[in-house]
Amino acid sequence: MESMNPMVCWFEECNKDSIDLVGGKCASLGELINAGVRVPPGFAVTTHGYARFMREAGIQSEVNGLLKGLDHQDMERLEEASRIIREMIESRPISTEMEDLIAESYRKLSVRCCVPAVPVAVRSSATAEDLPGASFAGQQDTYLWIRGVDSVMHHVRRCISSLYTGRAIAYRMKMGFDHDQVAISVGIQKMANSFTAGVMFTIHPGNGDRSVIVIDSNFGFGESVVSGEVTPDHFVVNKVTLDILERTISQKEICYTVDTKTQTSQAMEVPFERQKVQSIIDDEVTELAWMGKQIEKHYGRPMDIEWAVDKDLPAGGNIFILQARPETVWSTKQQESGAKAGGSAMDYILSSLLTGKKVS
Amino acid sequence: MKFPVPHDVKAKTIPGTEGWERMYPYQYQFVTDDPVRNQYEKETFWFYDGLHYPEPLYPFDTIWDEAWFLALSQYNNRIFMVPPVRGVDHRMINGYVYISPVPVKNPEEIGSRVPHFMERAGHYYKNWDALEAKWKVKMEATIRELEALEIPRLADMEDISVVTDALGESKGYHLLKNYDDLINLGIKCWQYHFEFLNLGYAAYVFFLDFVQKLFPSIPAQRVTQMISGIDVIMYQPDEELKKLARRAIELGVDQAVCFSQEWTDVEAGLKKLPKGVEWLTSLNLSREPWFQVSTGTGWFHHDRCWNDQMNVPLSGIQTYIGKIRQGVNIERPTEKVRAERDRITAEYRGLIEKEEDRKQFDELLGCAKTVFPYVENHLFYVEHWFHSVFWNKMREVAVILKEHGVIHDVEDVWLLRRDEIKQALWDVVTAWATGVTPRGTQTWPKEIVWRKDVMQKFKEWSAPPAIGTAPEVIQEPFTIVLWGVTNKSLADWASVQEVKDPDSITELKGFAGSPGIIEGKARVCRTVSEVGQLQEGEILVAPTTSPSWAPAFAKIGACITDVGGVMSHAAIVCREYGMPAVVGTGHATKIIKTGMMLRVDGSTGAVTIAR
Repeated sequence: MESMNPMVCWFEECNKDSIDLVGGKCASLGELINAGVRVPPGFAVTTHGYARFMREAGIQSEVNGLLKGLDHQDMERLEEASRIIREMIESRPISTEMEDLIAESYRKLSVRCCVPAVPVAVRSSATAEDLPGASFAGQQDTYLWIRGVDSVMHHVRRCISSLYTGRAIAYRMKMGFDHDQVAISVGIQKMANSFTAGVMFTIHPGNGDRSVIVIDSNFGFGESVVSGEVTPDHFVVNKVTLDILERTISQKEICYTVDTKTQTSQAMEVPFERQKVQSIIDDEVTELAWMGKQIEKHYGRPMDIEWAVDKDLPAGGNIFILQARPETVWSTKQQESGAKAGGSAMDYILSSLLTGKKVS
Repeated sequence: MKFPVPHDVKAKTIPGTEGWERMYPYQYQFVTDDPVRNQYEKETFWFYDGLHYPEPLYPFDTIWDEAWFLALSQYNNRIFMVPPVRGVDHRMINGYVYISPVPVKNPEEIGSRVPHFMERAGHYYKNWDALEAKWKVKMEATIRELEALEIPRLADMEDISVVTDALGESKGYHLLKNYDDLINLGIKCWQYHFEFLNLGYAAYVFFLDFVQKLFPSIPAQRVTQMISGIDVIMYQPDEELKKLARRAIELGVDQAVCFSQEWTDVEAGLKKLPKGVEWLTSLNLSREPWFQVSTGTGWFHHDRCWNDQMNVPLSGIQTYIGKIRQGVNIERPTEKVRAERDRITAEYRGLIEKEEDRKQFDELLGCAKTVFPYVENHLFYVEHWFHSVFWNKMREVAVILKEHGVIHDVEDVWLLRRDEIKQALWDVVTAWATGVTPRGTQTWPKEIVWRKDVMQKFKEWSAPPAIGTAPEVIQEPFTIVLWGVTNKSLADWASVQEVKDPDSITELKGFAGSPGIIEGKARVCRTVSEVGQLQEGEILVAPTTSPSWAPAFAKIGACITDVGGVMSHAAIVCREYGMPAVVGTGHATKIIKTGMMLRVDGSTGAVTIAR
């Protein structure tokens, strides 16, 4: 880090303690990288960068003036204020120093990815988004397939302005948060050009078995899997030995790919002859499960993970983790207990003999 | 789940086999003339013991079924007083054995058995190692007694020593008596067989049960891996072959050993070389007892041992010599196996959350590890070593029957029940004493021709996996672990009955014996004598395998068996070699043909046939 208060920093310079600086999302990506997990590279415009922009462009004081005396239930006036503020944020010039910093980081990122003007995802990373009850209802905007310095810059502003949607303003007023106390960071991350993507649980979501890792996958971006629009391919992997225990190949009718013109991901029909083809090869399943196991070990608890296999990169270095958060359903429950009163082997054998095995 | 009524199945007698019931003990029949027994048989759930009997039983071979019918049941029901379980009842249809665990129904009786079980089983669990050491002594003494047992030939004139020593007994009497001794030793050996086995299986099955409660998706093979022994004597025959391969190279006689596939040629060649004679001495040391290993499961008279079929171990030695010459390491990776076992155990243990469960895990694991060597090792003593000697002693009896014209071929003896053999021996001995012709010379040969035809027809019959009425709960540990009778297996069995056209089957399900996936060409070997045809990397498809098949595993890419669970020989060896195995498929050797392309998934237990 260049100083104690950097305006831009790389993900690998962050960890779970960096939330105040780069927000929850970017901090978690930094934490993963430092745990040895492969994450698409990127950098964050920090909360200092945000604050400096708001200050230098003279926005912060105007914002406070505009919002003074407004009622949080008066949505009409709030929306009007929001429109003015967001326009201001998206149009005022950024200082040359900061522009240079962002542009230089973007250029370095392109070099690192060996792709000129590398397509990136630009997304907001709020400092308080993961705190219980403190959702800022910011739109948490995500812009995909952004290319070129100007476009990146533009979308950074759009992410910042999402902090001032009518709903976000109303929410903060209701909860009594000061507008100049909130801060936002913006993450700029290489787009994983996913051939296949999906989710992974390091616990069996069906029965809470901690000795397995469950992976769901489909072609294209992970959206189709996360949203439940398709029945994905399903794998159950032994966490201890990394054997694939179960493999269910489903008929996957749609998948999401990028529409480079609109820079959005779009659903498309999977060609019929590919619909029943396994969407991720066994070696990748195994490698993914191995990564899942490392992530779980790092966090010390079962995790819920989004991942992608990048088609731009060669096998062996093409599987990426996009997001990892603690699994919440089973982790809060107790593992089913098997122990019998007494605890000795004899007690257990006797008691099991008396119960028997149900067969129908 | 609906299964056919046993009596209906039996009523459809295969034409030409009418009267087959006389080939087996009468208590094995499903009956219609005894209303009480008939009712019991209908309400009971019977499943075909395909695990032990892939083929119909020859009348004589029924001896081991009777032996374990008695031994297993008595240990459960009369010795250890297992609270909810009596014995396992047996029946037979068309030579196929059906069995059924018998529960204790009265809850009060179950309760009254509990303290006895705790005392009796507790004594064995507590003193396991010391008692097992005693067992080995008893068992070895029994085998020595068997080996020493003389089956006397009947001479025209008894030896003069009968007179000079005032013996007072004839060879005829000795023949009758020693035949009885032979049978009794067999039954005794099976008494010992079950002395530890019920408790051993109980400890195993409930450890498995406990771990599966914590980890519902854990494959049984992983649980077995946690408790399996490393220095199991079952591996010793194969180790001896490796030793002999190394020795041959050391002595420079490896070329002579590889000279021919015929043992007699190789032996003759070696005898001419001084170093060859030295190698033969090493070989003879290995042969007793390790070459008593059966080429089958040891359960049947046709499972000959290596000593009887020296071409089989010879081919194994030659394979290992070839591997050593190529610079391939033929040592078992015991350190690796041990390290992997410990790693797996520790990782699973680490995934247990509650302290009390970890404690229970440790207790049950400790108990299972104590008992498990017996579960693996008894096989060599009983089914291999003892049985191999026993079958050959029986052949000596058969030689006498043949000499006196009661049977025409030594191998015909297996078509007689053991009590019929006793009768035939009385016939022979009294006729010999008297100087007349045995009556059996006119009756048995005809009956044997008919019985051979019946056996052939039985072999072509397909035994339904289950008959009678399915129960709600099974408590008998063997039934659960050995035969894998569970809700799922019953459903699988029910569906197998519906398959009509074996040529249309593209997928077979079995137990996941050893993980991994491989594709390759099938090679169906019905007996170990066919393993010589195996090509490098082929997938072995066999009824079942035993230690004498071991050298085959150095060549193959995967293994599929008809019969066996996760603790079967094929599964254990494949896990050591790190190659996939699917075991207990039921019909693989019938459905798969040599040359078919297969995909074997040893992690899920699926075999896919490319058609």
